[in-house]
Amino acid sequence: MDWAYFVELLCSGLVRGSIYALIALGYTMVYGIIQLINFAHGEIYMIGAFVALIVSGALTIYGFSGVSILVLAALIAAVYAAAYGITLERIAYRPLRGAPRLSPLISAIGASLFLQNYVLLAQTPDFLPFPALIPDFEFMEPIAHIVGSPELVILVVTTLTMIGLTVLIKHTKIGKAMRATQQDMIMARLTGVNVDRVISVTFVIGSVLAAIGGVLVGSYIGQINFYIGFMVGVKAFTAAVLGGIGNIPGAVIGALVLGLTEAFAAGYVSSAYEDVFAFGLLVLILIVRPAGILGKAVKQKV
Amino acid sequence: MSVLLEVKGLTMDFGGLRAVDSVGLEVRQGEIVALIGPNGAGKTTFFNCVTGIYTPTGGDVLVHPPGKKTRRINGLKPNVITTTGMARTFQNIRLFPNMTVLENVMIGRHCRTTTNIIGAVLRGKRTRAQERETIEKSYRLLEKVGLAELAGEFANNLPYGAQRRLEIARAMATDPFLLLLDEPAAGMNPQETHELDALIVRIRNEGNMSILLIEHDMKLVMNISDRIYVMEYGKEIAKGTPQEIRNNPKVIEAYLGEEVHA
Repeated sequence: MDWAYFVELLCSGLVRGSIYALIALGYTMVYGIIQLINFAHGEIYMIGAFVALIVSGALTIYGFSGVSILVLAALIAAVYAAAYGITLERIAYRPLRGAPRLSPLISAIGASLFLQNYVLLAQTPDFLPFPALIPDFEFMEPIAHIVGSPELVILVVTTLTMIGLTVLIKHTKIGKAMRATQQDMIMARLTGVNVDRVISVTFVIGSVLAAIGGVLVGSYIGQINFYIGFMVGVKAFTAAVLGGIGNIPGAVIGALVLGLTEAFAAGYVSSAYEDVFAFGLLVLILIVRPAGILGKAVKQKV
Repeated sequence: MSVLLEVKGLTMDFGGLRAVDSVGLEVRQGEIVALIGPNGAGKTTFFNCVTGIYTPTGGDVLVHPPGKKTRRINGLKPNVITTTGMARTFQNIRLFPNMTVLENVMIGRHCRTTTNIIGAVLRGKRTRAQERETIEKSYRLLEKVGLAELAGEFANNLPYGAQRRLEIARAMATDPFLLLLDEPAAGMNPQETHELDALIVRIRNEGNMSILLIEHDMKLVMNISDRIYVMEYGKEIAKGTPQEIRNNPKVIEAYLGEEVHA
């Protein structure tokens, strides 16, 4: 067995997985709180990537370079994405808060199509080259044939982001309010939690994570277009379901399992079949554990 | 004694069903008031209207917070009503099951602190001071209801009676001037009920809170209430002191039924 090849696939699987995780967290947090599958979430990721592209172009003109562009572009992309996330919730979901569950779902699909076509019209239908914002580090050179600098940066950034998110949810006031809202929304209101704000904050956090994902992937893959959010969105959603939708650690585990499956399928079978393996895995896990890996079976109140 | 909660002609319709039919009620400072009645009389619906879970079809719900302006709270959101100073518990326990006992109480405290998300991320001096204060106050409340040793336990691991007391502590954490308790003694054994009745009186005496409760345990109601309101089929059929209620023929009829139907 070729171990170097195996490690290379393992790394590529972890990189994919951590990107899926960043986006899957947005799906799962929103679902956990308002039981809505936010189908427009992939588009937030795509918008994050576009904003980063525009910002990095502008910054290059003004003579910025390297890591400073990456950081600034990611920051601005995050702010933009957060604004889109809040607006989306206000316009497309909040008016439907009391409606049957199908209505906000349809609204979400509508929002997704709208955002795709809006970017298509405002930008271009073609693929745009995305600058490699992540520089090649010298200390990575000896192992660069297995793990490159971009991979390393993606792994480090996503890990730090997830630690930050865990701390936020476990130990801060807003985190407690989020958990309370997730467990019993009415009771949360009665203990004085401003649930509307908690929901907005959830959308902000999800959107920021998606935008970070967008910037990292854009810079890693090297090109973006208006449609990139769709497939990544579907994959991240699969990851969230795989791990147990509504469950935050579940989303990360589901995403890593999915990323590794894809990488190994692509490496050992054929990259043409990676999606077959990804979705086949979803079907398998849902047959064995319908609630997902970490999900709990929900008792339906009658 | 000043009036804290004043409900006038409260009516709630569900489609063609009038669940609450122009009911009036008052709670004054320092009082324990009980709302009693047979099952389905509309007591919980009344609570839901007062705490903002339902928007009443008609009538007025006025709060007169001590030292502040009177507010009409019909149709306000529950969290806004909680911030005006009214907190409630539920008939079926509704704790946050996957949070610790301490966290459950801290959630209640949070509507009285001012940190926002930016503060939470930066964790400045004021944020940390506030967080410490929140924890201290929450501990003190837990001591009051006798749960301080269980602070780190998950709420759903507590025994039944303790869960009920935790609900009360969480409601008290929001600094209410009026506590609404929906069947606090439901499912408790006589010993637990006895402790609860002492606890409620202690909250009133020490905590400077008034209490409005729904309860079926007549012994508890008669023991601790200053005044009692009785509802049947959505209407108010009697009000008065425990002594007056005990001897009111209408109340006896509501509870025992007319002999003709028996």
